[in-house]
Amino acid sequence: MTEILDIALLSFMIVLAIAVSRMQNLFMAAMMTGIFSFLSAIVFTLLDAVDVAFTEAAVGAGVSTVLLLGTLSLTTREEKIVKKNNALALLVVLITGSALIYGTLDMPNYGDPNAPVHQHVADRYIEKSGEEMGIPNIVTSVLASYRGYDTLGEVTVIFTAGIGVILLLGHIWRKEDEQ
Amino acid sequence: MFIAAMIGILVTMALALCRALLGPTVYDRILSVNMFGTKTVLFIAVLGFLTDRPDFLDLALIYVLINFIGTLAVLKFVTYNDLGADPEEQNRT
Repeated sequence: MTEILDIALLSFMIVLAIAVSRMQNLFMAAMMTGIFSFLSAIVFTLLDAVDVAFTEAAVGAGVSTVLLLGTLSLTTREEKIVKKNNALALLVVLITGSALIYGTLDMPNYGDPNAPVHQHVADRYIEKSGEEMGIPNIVTSVLASYRGYDTLGEVTVIFTAGIGVILLLGHIWRKEDEQ
Repeated sequence: MFIAAMIGILVTMALALCRALLGPTVYDRILSVNMFGTKTVLFIAVLGFLTDRPDFLDLALIYVLINFIGTLAVLKFVTYNDLGADPEEQNRT
């Protein structure tokens, strides 16, 4: 049954992706990406990655649609049509795509117990994290403690991006105030 | 029975998708996005029972809230063309 669901959902996603790339009206495209995020959230749920699905729904379907609409209200609703055909861009996209597909060939099957991800440190986290960290949720203790420096780096990157956005938008707001 | 429900939800999703792609007006598309969000909630709820893991229902509840707020933001954008607009101020002028 889940195979049928996977096929149906992934074909919905392909149809949507093609439609979004062909749309000229950016407002419609922003709406379609909202549907796309809902679909990918369902696929994540089917793959048992419930926490990723949670994030995808909150960020992809919720916040990023609103952010895209905010961008549209500051810029324009219609796409600028580029007339000249860009063969170099197509070539880069094709090479990147085939490299990504080539990369997936080496990946272990879904749910394979011999996959490296199940062999490396996962056992130790499952057995020891409770007594070492005192937190019942293993994901939280990995994120906040075992990989604490990594998380700190990520937060720094997001903080810097936020400062950049505020500086850019603040410039526009100041101009409006002067007028 | 859950399989029949699942097939029904998939068909409804396909119909909502058709409406979102065909349009023709903005409101058709907004409604179809909102409906697609509702179908996502139903899908996750049914999936939980289909795979004997009804704890997915929490996830479905969060999606309802996100979908509601997202639709409000979109409608506000369509009406005022600005997310930070104050509706009362617009009415006064």
